[in-house]
Amino acid sequence: MAVLVNKDTKVIVQGITGREGSFHATQCKAYGTQVVGGVTPGKGGQEVEGIPVFNSVQEAVKNTGADCSLIFVPPPFAADAIVEAADNGIKTIICITEGIPVNDMIPVKNYLKTYYPDTVLIGPNCPGVITPEEAKIGIMPGHIFKRGKVGIVSRSGTLTYEAAYQLTQRGIGQSTAVGIGGDPVPGTVFADVLKWFQDDPETEAIVLIGEIGGTAEEEAAEFIKEYVNKPVIAYIAGVTAPPGKRMGHAGAIISGGKGTADEKYRALENAGAITVKNPSIIGETVEKALKGEL
Amino acid sequence: MKVHEHQAKEIFRKYGLPVPEGYPAFTVKEAVEIAERFGKFPLVVKAQIHAGGRGKAGGVKVVKSIDELENYVSSILGKKLATFQTGPEGLPVSRVYIEEATNIDKEYYVSITLDRSKSKLVLMASAEGGMEIEEVAAKNPDAIIKVEIDPFLGLKSYQAREVALQLGFTGKLINKVASVLLKLYEVYIKEDASLVEINPLVLTKEGNIVVLDAKVDFDDNALYRHPEIMEMEDPTQESELEVEAKKYNLNYIKLDGNIACMVNGAGLAMATMDTIKLAGGEPANFLDVGGSANAEQIANAFKIILSDPNVKAIFINIFGGILRCDRLAEGIIKASEEVKPHVPIVVRMEGTNVELGKKMLNESGLNLITADTMWEGALKAVEVANKQ
Repeated sequence: MAVLVNKDTKVIVQGITGREGSFHATQCKAYGTQVVGGVTPGKGGQEVEGIPVFNSVQEAVKNTGADCSLIFVPPPFAADAIVEAADNGIKTIICITEGIPVNDMIPVKNYLKTYYPDTVLIGPNCPGVITPEEAKIGIMPGHIFKRGKVGIVSRSGTLTYEAAYQLTQRGIGQSTAVGIGGDPVPGTVFADVLKWFQDDPETEAIVLIGEIGGTAEEEAAEFIKEYVNKPVIAYIAGVTAPPGKRMGHAGAIISGGKGTADEKYRALENAGAITVKNPSIIGETVEKALKGEL
Repeated sequence: MKVHEHQAKEIFRKYGLPVPEGYPAFTVKEAVEIAERFGKFPLVVKAQIHAGGRGKAGGVKVVKSIDELENYVSSILGKKLATFQTGPEGLPVSRVYIEEATNIDKEYYVSITLDRSKSKLVLMASAEGGMEIEEVAAKNPDAIIKVEIDPFLGLKSYQAREVALQLGFTGKLINKVASVLLKLYEVYIKEDASLVEINPLVLTKEGNIVVLDAKVDFDDNALYRHPEIMEMEDPTQESELEVEAKKYNLNYIKLDGNIACMVNGAGLAMATMDTIKLAGGEPANFLDVGGSANAEQIANAFKIILSDPNVKAIFINIFGGILRCDRLAEGIIKASEEVKPHVPIVVRMEGTNVELGKKMLNESGLNLITADTMWEGALKAVEVANKQ
């Protein structure tokens, strides 16, 4: 089962002729993902490693029947690219682009919510989504993932890899790993992904990786309390981060005394999640949880 | 990006917000000239730093004569000012702002920022101005008026008027205050701010509405379309190493510990800091070299962390995804040829091309300590740092 994407997902890559776009389109295809086309305005008719390029999403969808788009369009044009995908019936939009102005994302996120409530936007500023051994739609290194029964949802790319690798090393695979991204206006939040994993029969446990800034983890905790009965193993990065300093991600900042890791840990613990303070023991903890030892 | 009060007020003036007359001075001489041009006293001298809490820390003074002004300006200019927001070290006062005095009758708070849980902008206002809004929020949350701004329609005039009414304004002042709020919203949108704040907004004894303090933070991601704002940057407000790191597109923040870290990805970088702390050490910095760093950027990052005199050990923790381990190894080797590392280096590498990367480092002749996990790496880094 897994969630969101699988071997039947047909993907187009917006911004396929750029350096990142062409590299990762090729990588995704090599992993086994159905990359059916790409979009770069003005470059329709070309090919990237055998993938046909179209001038618009409309053209690409008409010719390929794509239902998912992976976006590498540069920041000034990325918000427009997301709307183009949604307006043309793409149901799953995964935006890798880092550095989209927040004021561009606010109307776009609300536009999707209002006019396309069934369309899912993952990101921006995220590593993408992988359902191991079926589809890799993103920039993660595919070889560290293995198919299995643990769902991963994370605001951080490299911490997703870290968690997946620890699981894989212990022979524990992943159903799907979803990187929701580190921006202040994300298309999808923890609660959305937690619901998918809870409803997915293949997923038996969930790893949640948060970080300082905002209140998404607190909202996730509320949701867990109400809806999730599978074990949730949670790690929050940034216990040592000083307030007022932006820790790389546009969203990772403790401001006005809000968004600290301690608060988030407390909320998750109160909701019954198993919290991990040392990121190196995520895998070990999941293993124990699956055995019912926690 | 942060700017000074005088720069924020300059922007506010452009949008027609009621800002008192005032000018920045970078030297005592300039300050005196400005005072002479005003030709009247009292004047208010305000130290310009990228932090709040200046009043309580002695960074704001009402002066009644040229002598007093000269004395005060020479006592703060070029010195560091520490407020509750800056930490004990404080920030250097590179300039002061000299402003006509205002007869305060009542103070209010207004701001606009993003409500992340709703993905919408929110206008906040309070009749308890002058105070830190966090304090008001903690003590009396009902005293804060919050208005959600529709992302398609923007702030509506009626919403601004309602806020004015709730703040207790009557008569002609309702429209005056509403106009301030609408202009403030215009600043937020047109200048791509991430925060606009007036604290306090003042009702003067003469019955006027005045912007007494102004704060604007800008969205770094949108600076590319605001070159004039980029020029307002004041590098004295950041540590030298942070300014240097920015040049190479590196995310670096200096901290107080002695174990430097170099990591790819913001989340993993924070996790590495946390792990060092758990292992009994203190991180010297946050450093995210990013996903697509090349060997040259790695080399520059290496030089920056090495130039922090507090550093007693370096912990390199890389999970190669897009950033390949061999590229990282190449950068470290290149940098070590230019700057001889004087402290032990612990390396933990995993992911894409890890074997090649490890081989390159092993054959480089560099004195490196390797670790298989983040935890092991942190323990080893703490151990060698303590021996130094």
